[in-house]
This record gives sequence, C-alpha cells and structure tokens, in this order.
Amino acid sequence: MSSVLYDVPGPKARRISLIASIIGGLLILGLLAWVVMTLAQQGIFDARRWQIFTRTDVWRLLGNGLVATLSAAALAAVIAFPLGLLMCLLRISDAAAIRVPMRVILEFLRGMPVVLMMLFILLGFGTSAFFAVVAGLVLYNAAVFAEIIRAGIQSLPKGQREAGLAIGLTSYKSRMLIELPQAIRRMMPSLVAQMVVLLKDTSLGYIVAYGELLRAVQVMADFLGTQFLFPVFFVAAAIYIAINISVSRLAVWIERRGSKKAAGGTAKAEPDVLEAAAP
Amino acid sequence: MDVIIENLPLYWEGFLRTLFLSAVSGIIALILGTLLAAARVSPVAALRGFSTVYVEILRNTPLTIAFFFSAIVLPRIGVKFEQFEVAAIIALSTYTAAFIAEAVRSGVNSVPVGQAEAARSIGMKFGQVLSLIILPQALRTVIPPLINILIALVKNSSVAGAFFVLELFGYGRQLANANGDAVITVLLGTAFFYLLITVPLGILANTVERKVAIAR
Amino acid sequence: MKAFMSRRKSFVVAATAALALSLSACGGGDSGGSSNPSPVEKPTFAAGTTMQKLSSAGTIKIGTKFDQPLFGQVGLDGKPVGFDVEIGKLIAAKLGIAADKIEWSETVSANREPFIEQGKVDLVIATYTISDKRKQVVDFAGPYYEAGQALMVNKDNNTIKKPEDVKGKKVCSVTGSTPAATIVDKYGAELVPAATYSACLEPLRNKQVEAVTTDNVILAGFVDKEPDAFKLASEETFTKEPYGIGLKKGDTEFRNWINDQLESFEKDGSYKKAWEATAGSVIKTAPSLPAINRY
Repeated sequence: MSSVLYDVPGPKARRISLIASIIGGLLILGLLAWVVMTLAQQGIFDARRWQIFTRTDVWRLLGNGLVATLSAAALAAVIAFPLGLLMCLLRISDAAAIRVPMRVILEFLRGMPVVLMMLFILLGFGTSAFFAVVAGLVLYNAAVFAEIIRAGIQSLPKGQREAGLAIGLTSYKSRMLIELPQAIRRMMPSLVAQMVVLLKDTSLGYIVAYGELLRAVQVMADFLGTQFLFPVFFVAAAIYIAINISVSRLAVWIERRGSKKAAGGTAKAEPDVLEAAAP
Repeated sequence: MDVIIENLPLYWEGFLRTLFLSAVSGIIALILGTLLAAARVSPVAALRGFSTVYVEILRNTPLTIAFFFSAIVLPRIGVKFEQFEVAAIIALSTYTAAFIAEAVRSGVNSVPVGQAEAARSIGMKFGQVLSLIILPQALRTVIPPLINILIALVKNSSVAGAFFVLELFGYGRQLANANGDAVITVLLGTAFFYLLITVPLGILANTVERKVAIAR
Repeated sequence: MKAFMSRRKSFVVAATAALALSLSACGGGDSGGSSNPSPVEKPTFAAGTTMQKLSSAGTIKIGTKFDQPLFGQVGLDGKPVGFDVEIGKLIAAKLGIAADKIEWSETVSANREPFIEQGKVDLVIATYTISDKRKQVVDFAGPYYEAGQALMVNKDNNTIKKPEDVKGKKVCSVTGSTPAATIVDKYGAELVPAATYSACLEPLRNKQVEAVTTDNVILAGFVDKEPDAFKLASEETFTKEPYGIGLKKGDTEFRNWINDQLESFEKDGSYKKAWEATAGSVIKTAPSLPAINRY
C-alpha cells in the first residue's frame, strides 16, 4: 500500500503499534462479547429460536427469496450497463441538442429515490412487482453507470482523443475504439462496487411487495412470530454479506487476471482512478 | 395538483425531516469516513485491519439491514433513544461512512507520490503528511464523488420511513393512502421535493468537477 | 490466496442456494385455518356480466394483504390464509371456481385502488375500509365485517385506557394507514411509523413507544401470541372500520351479486365457519354479518 506516506517504522514505533493494536483488539473483542452476552441473556440464542432452520419450508422460502433477489439483480445489471453506456455517449455528445437534454434526464434519474421510482412504475404503469423492481433499478443504475464511465473518459489524458482524431478517426470512433475501452477498464472497481449496490437495492422491493430475500425474511418473522425475528434477520444479513463480498472478490480476481494477460500494455490500472459508486 | 397544494404543510414537514436526517448523517459520515480512510493508510496494522473490515462489511450490507440493527437490535442491548431519528442517523452515517472512506482513500492514492516524499523529506510525521499535505489535495479531487455519495444519502434516508421516522417518503405514502384517487400526483409531489435537494447537489458536483479539472 | 477465498465463498453461497432448492421438493408446513369450499357446478349467469366472464374463464384474480395476521397472511408455503382469504374462496366457489384456481396477489395499502382501476385484480379483499373518498374511484360490496380501532399497550401499563390518554405520546402504527391518520388527527398522538404492524412490537416491548394502534382484530392476534407481554388498552373500539370488497367502479351488477352472496353465506352458516377457522381462533365472539350497504 501507500507506504510512501510514512517512514519504515523502527523497533520502538513497531512496539508501540503492537501494544496499541493488542489493546484495541481486546477492546473490540470485549465489546462484541458484551453484545453477544446481552443478547444471550434475552434468550436470542436459545436453541428453540434457531430450530426453525431445521425446517425445510423455512429454507425453501429463503431459497425462493434468494432466487428472486438474484434474478432481479442480474436482469437489471444486464440491461443497465449497456443503457448506461449509451446514456454516457449521449451525455458527452458533441451536439448540444443531445447533450443537454441527456444531462437533465441523468440529473433527474440520479436524484430520485429508487423506492419512489419503483412505486411510481408499479402504480403509474400498472406493471408487475418484478418489472417495477427491475425497471427502477435499471433506470437509477444506468444513470450512475453513465456518470462513472464519463468520469473515466474524463480522467484519460487529452492526448488519447487528440491522437485518435489526428489519425483520422471520427469523434464517434475515437470514443468507441480508444476512449471507452480504457475508461471502462479504469473504472472497473467503481463499476463493480455499483453492481453490489444494485444487488443490495433489490431489498427496496419491499415497497412494491416483491418477494425478494428480505421480504421473505419479513414474511417468515411475521408468520412464525416475533421471537424468530432475530434469527432470521441474522441469517439474512449473513447471506447478503456473503454474496456481496463474493461478487466484489470475484470482480477483483477477474480484473487481476485480465491485467496480467494484458501485461506489457500501458493500460495498467492507474492509481488516480476515483471510487465513484453511489450507495 | 390540488392534492399537492392542499397538503403542502405535510410535504414541507417531511422535506425538513429528510433534510435534517441527511445533513446530520452526512456530516458524521464525512468525519467518520475520513478517519476510516486515514486509518486505512496508517502505519498501524490493527487500524488498517479494522478499517478494511468495517468498510467491507458495511459496504456489502443492505441499508435495510443496517437500519434493523440500529433501530431494533441496539435497543435490545440497552442502547435506547428517546427519538428514533437517532437510530436512523446511526444507520445512515455508519453506512455512508464506508463509501466515503473508499472515495477518500482513492483520493489519497491519486495524490502524486512526490508530494508525500517531499513532505517526509522535510521531516514530517505520518499525521502531518496526511493532514497537511495529502488530505487537503485528496479532498479537493474527491469532492465530486463525495457529493454523489451525499446525493445517494439523501435518497437513502427514505428507508427511514419504514423504521419509525416519519420523513418525506413516509408522508408521501401517507398521502397516497389517504388520496387513493390521486396516487400518481402525490408521488410526483414527493419526487419534486427530493429533486429539490438532489438536483442542486448534482449541479454543484458538476461545477466543482469542472473547476477541479481546470485547476489540474 | 484472495482468489481462492473468493472461490470458496461463492461455493458456499451456491451450495446454500442449491440446498435450499433441493429441499423445496419435500416441504410441508402448517397452513392452519385454510379450507376448500366446494365450487358450484356450472353456475349460469346472464351473458356479458362480470360473473359470467369470470365463471367461464374458470379463474379469478383477488388482491389481499400478505402481512395481516388472521385476515390475510402468507404462510411459509407462499399461500395466504385468513378471514379475507376465506371470504374470497367462498365467492369464487359461487362462481364455480375452485380455491386452487384463484390467483392471489399481494395488495399493499398504496396499490389497492390502482390495481382495481387497471384491472390487475378482479376483487380486493384486504381489510379494506369503505370510505367516501375511496368510493370516488372504486366500488365496494359489503361490508362483510366491521372492525374498530383499538390500542395495544405493555402488560404493565395502566395509564392508557382510552384514546384520549395518548395525547402527545408516541404511538406506533403503519406508515400511511388509516388508523395512523386517526390517532394523529383526532387524538393528537405523536406517530411512530413502521413498515408493518409486527414491526411495532419491538419498540413497544422496549418501551420506546407507549402504544400500538390499529384495528382491534389485528391487535388481538398479537396479544394472543404473547399474552405475557402485551394487552389491549380496552375492549372498546373508538372507530368503526367497515371492511368492504373493492371492485371496479360502475360494475353494479357484480356488486349486487356479491352482496347477495354475502347474505347467503350468513344464512347457510359458511360465514360463521370461515370466521371460526381463522380469526375465531383468537376472538371468541363470532360476529354477525353487518347490514349490507347497497348504494
């Protein structure tokens, strides 16, 4: 990491840092232990409450919720990315008649809460809950993808486009052949982070009664009784975190592999790419 | 249209609550996020580890679950609030801080290496290098992404409506239920008030972005 | 190392999902209080009526709540159960439609009117209070039940007896629901909004709110589940919530027909049976059908 920020720590600094780390670690562990103890005292960890996870119908409901979450997220991502690319191209178009309206649209889409968009699509257009969730996610995330890719293009050295134009490429060809590939590669971390945001935002589908994972959990807790609220929520949180971390790690891994293959090229991930995902 | 005008006081109240939640959570998240980013690049391994774990977990948790923890689990372990706004602010700021930390960290990485080297060569310690040399430059370049995160925060505050805080979206739903004949109009009204906050922020982000780009 | 980790994690996730799916084949579940009224054989209706259309289609789309205990609540098998659901089944049976041919869809408070207007559902039976404002966009058959708003408090709370007692105090209810509006507008309580009524239980237990308010029948369901923690502030209700069956505005024939059916359910005892199979498990006094409002 950026060890340029400090000198290599000497023996004394290392010792202080170690002691501080141990004390800090113990404090955090103590805090966690206290939280667990307090919850245990209230019977949150009683076996009775966790026995529901031996039931097949509980897992089937969770499984259905998970499938609903993943399918909505996958479809939304597959549509949102190309749409975002298109929006980005329009947004940086040379013609003001295209650029300006696109900018207004993007501002609008970025500024609306996703829950509100979902509800609006459901009620305004009389769609199914699944469609409302996917469409809401697509509209918002396409706008964010467009902004991320635009930021990537703007972070490229001016010479890239100038060189493209100088060898006789049209503006459009320069964008497609020279700038976009580099921009997307540069912004890969942000794009992936946004994909995770998209996946998480499926949980906002509760507003249109879409039966995704969190909704399944809610239904289950309502049906079984509130004493099972904590167990099912803990399990849901664990599932979400596991999936999202898997997605992030997978992307990092693919990216590493990709950049190894492209070794020798100058397009090595630059350090000045900004994290631009919007939660 | 009449529905919106008739219920303007309710919209306004919701708007102010949303603004309040966003502003307070935003300020806390900015401070917490910057501290987390500093911890992430610090010489102390434990701080780096803590910051990494915090950011990884919070970024990968749906906001709804963060709300569940702050509004329902915390009271169970004895942390009770008189006002549910506190729970909402805890959830929103801890969640947003993770994103801010990532943005600031990438901003720190974007400052040319020579800056830190020069600072160290004149004898500055890590804290000084970071707070006097790196962060002021980093923050300037990350202002546009930070504003984007704050825009998202404003919109995310709508989740608080499901967790015991009556804000703009909550009022919107209330009005939609009371006016079954004008649901669409009511929702458009709600959208308008959100845009009233988010669009100016978006324009600000673009302006700053252009300024920074020129200054480079 | 990191690559390996990610592979292992995603494997775990995939395995969990696969397990969940493979277990789905052998799922049982307690869908208590559900019945299957036998459908009428080949009923005849005048041509062009909604009844005739639905009957010959052999299916009906009914919207109900999925999170309202005793009235419409979805079980672990994904099928809703409750008094509203039973009423829906009885009506479908009169159209010659078997219970398993009903398409249930979830209606939440905000989408009931739009769903009826857009024809996404044929009927809405979803603890749907008849009100003049709603009558401007949809029609109501019934009422088939009259609930009333009540307050639920902690077992040890003796200060709140009537709605006037909650003035200026925190009361939890669902965002945008009619009971929430009433307790604020009429009785000056401070509303603490939640996503569902069951979400109100934790703040009440933790004494972060003084009371939970909604229709008495729903609260009775919560008290029944945890009698050591909660109680109703009073048996008396302070509003009248006549539950109606929502349908498309202007379909008077259909509305009159449903009203006739409701009266016949009362006569042949199936109304009482539907109640006993569902909400009657908690509320012992069986209601009688309220006077039908034929407008």
